[in-house]
Amino acid sequence: MAILLAIVIGGLYAAGIYLLLRRSIVKLIFGLILLGHAANLLIFTASSLVRGQPPLVAEGQLLPLLPAADPLPQAFILTSIVIGFGVTAFTVVLIHRAHQAGDTDDLEDMRVPE
Amino acid sequence: MTGISIMLPIVIPLTSAALQIIAWRRRGIQKTITVISTTALLLAALFLLVQVRSDGIQTIHIGGWQAPFGVTMVADLFSALMVVLAAIIGLAATIYSLGSIDNRREVFGYYPLMSILLMGVNGAFLTGDLFNLYVWFEVMLMASFVLLTLGGEKPQLLGGIKYVALNLLSSAIFLAALGLLYGTVGTVNMADLARKLPEFPQPGLLTALACLFLVTFGIKAGVFPLFFWLPASYHTPPVAVSAVFAGLLTKVGVYALIRVFTLIFTHDQVYINGLLLIIAGLTMLVGVFGAVAQNGFRRVLSFHIISQIGYMVMGLALNSPLAIAGALFYITHHIIVKSNLFMISGIVKQQTGTEDLQQLGGLYRAQPLIAILFSIPAMSLAGIPPFSGFFAKLVLIQAGLQTEQYLIVAVAIFVSLLTLFSMTKIWNEAFWKPAPAKSENPGVETNPSPAARPPLSLLAPVAALAALTLVIGFGAEPILNLTTEAASQLLNPAGYIEVVMGGRL
Repeated sequence: MAILLAIVIGGLYAAGIYLLLRRSIVKLIFGLILLGHAANLLIFTASSLVRGQPPLVAEGQLLPLLPAADPLPQAFILTSIVIGFGVTAFTVVLIHRAHQAGDTDDLEDMRVPE
Repeated sequence: MTGISIMLPIVIPLTSAALQIIAWRRRGIQKTITVISTTALLLAALFLLVQVRSDGIQTIHIGGWQAPFGVTMVADLFSALMVVLAAIIGLAATIYSLGSIDNRREVFGYYPLMSILLMGVNGAFLTGDLFNLYVWFEVMLMASFVLLTLGGEKPQLLGGIKYVALNLLSSAIFLAALGLLYGTVGTVNMADLARKLPEFPQPGLLTALACLFLVTFGIKAGVFPLFFWLPASYHTPPVAVSAVFAGLLTKVGVYALIRVFTLIFTHDQVYINGLLLIIAGLTMLVGVFGAVAQNGFRRVLSFHIISQIGYMVMGLALNSPLAIAGALFYITHHIIVKSNLFMISGIVKQQTGTEDLQQLGGLYRAQPLIAILFSIPAMSLAGIPPFSGFFAKLVLIQAGLQTEQYLIVAVAIFVSLLTLFSMTKIWNEAFWKPAPAKSENPGVETNPSPAARPPLSLLAPVAALAALTLVIGFGAEPILNLTTEAASQLLNPAGYIEVVMGGRL
């Protein structure tokens, strides 16, 4: 499972960076979105995958039975998904407005005039 | 209630933003709330600084969850000093905004956004948890994205895309680095990390992680070769926004660099500091060369931000008590001086209608007061005694000589000379040379020799910041004592760890 996820993360990073290097702003934003997803999956995978072991503490115990799934990385991911959603919404509007203002999708033509 | 003073610098702007959003259509009320709250923020920040200095490092565990399980907010002297500086710039920029922000921007929530920006900055300075630092970065970035593009002028939007894209890239790297760090060490609490990392069996892995953090904070701080978003965007928004960004946002990146590389990643200082030293030298040089080539008032200043960041990173890289104290002194001096220069460029633009240096001229004759107010931060930036920049550079150069890094000292002195050259250029072009004849630039509405005095809301913050520069310059010793104390706290993290972990070792 970890190997499969590692391949997926690698693929997402590769695709994200490829899109970032294109000249179109729409692809730039897609690239950033993919990088965000890759980072989320990376957090998930790096903090060890445990299946079917919820971190529940049995009665009379102080610690859950190990190995248990760690809920903290999932809280991290949830936080970053929420932030990413807001940021993505903003960027989509921004590129729309920039496209209207500059009438171009090409970053080469988007140099700020002196 | 212990620790409440740590939360005030975050709670005050938050409350202010919430109240202002309730009074969305009442701009008069918004302005009143924002002035009161930034004043209160400055008082709270000063109180926190005094408290930290007399009682030692302050800490609060959010929700009562003890470290390392909950989020901990920590204020040591460095954090408290940064919060005070943020509050000073916040107050100055708010007053400056009252006279310079147009109605269109005010209607769409300029003042609440400014409060949220200050909240994000203060949160980043005060948190003791790396993931929480990420969240504060995002709070700050969201507010800065909107402030940068608010108004929707074409240069703003085009500059905004570069700013947004590179900052989002930096956030994605930060997130990945956090995930990997948590996966390897199992904690994101800074004090807990500082405690666990020295015993970690694979130092090579930690160095790789440290480099990821170096890249992400390097983008935020604007170091070579990651600074290109900065000169592309900082000259586009209204001047009050530029001034806050120039003073505070890159310094949040520098703060994070100093915090992470003095507290957490201290296992391989030879490698990291060597790398930082090279980065510092190149940042100084490239920034100042960029500035020399520019012709716009704010563009020159933007490139100078980069070269000044180099000095701060140099202090961190030298890593002696004197060098860190020098870096903190430099940050203190730089935040005040740089914001002030941006604000003066705004007055010049408001008076003449342009910030192109070739079209400016004759301001010394027309506006001697502005010329004098410009000369104070400009000479301070270049490092002329007795202004604040001289002592900041002196301390760093002394530290460089003590640690026998002569090359970086030579670079620092050379860059200082070029800074003087480029400040002289602004002085000559904008203030000293006779105003160009109007017929030379047809189609551009300029008013090169204005007679009216700029409004008090623009002059007051500029004069106050210039006075502060003089205070730092003439009263360098007490401030250097403060930064030396802060540096010794940074270099002896045992006290920080002890306070945060509460002795549970």
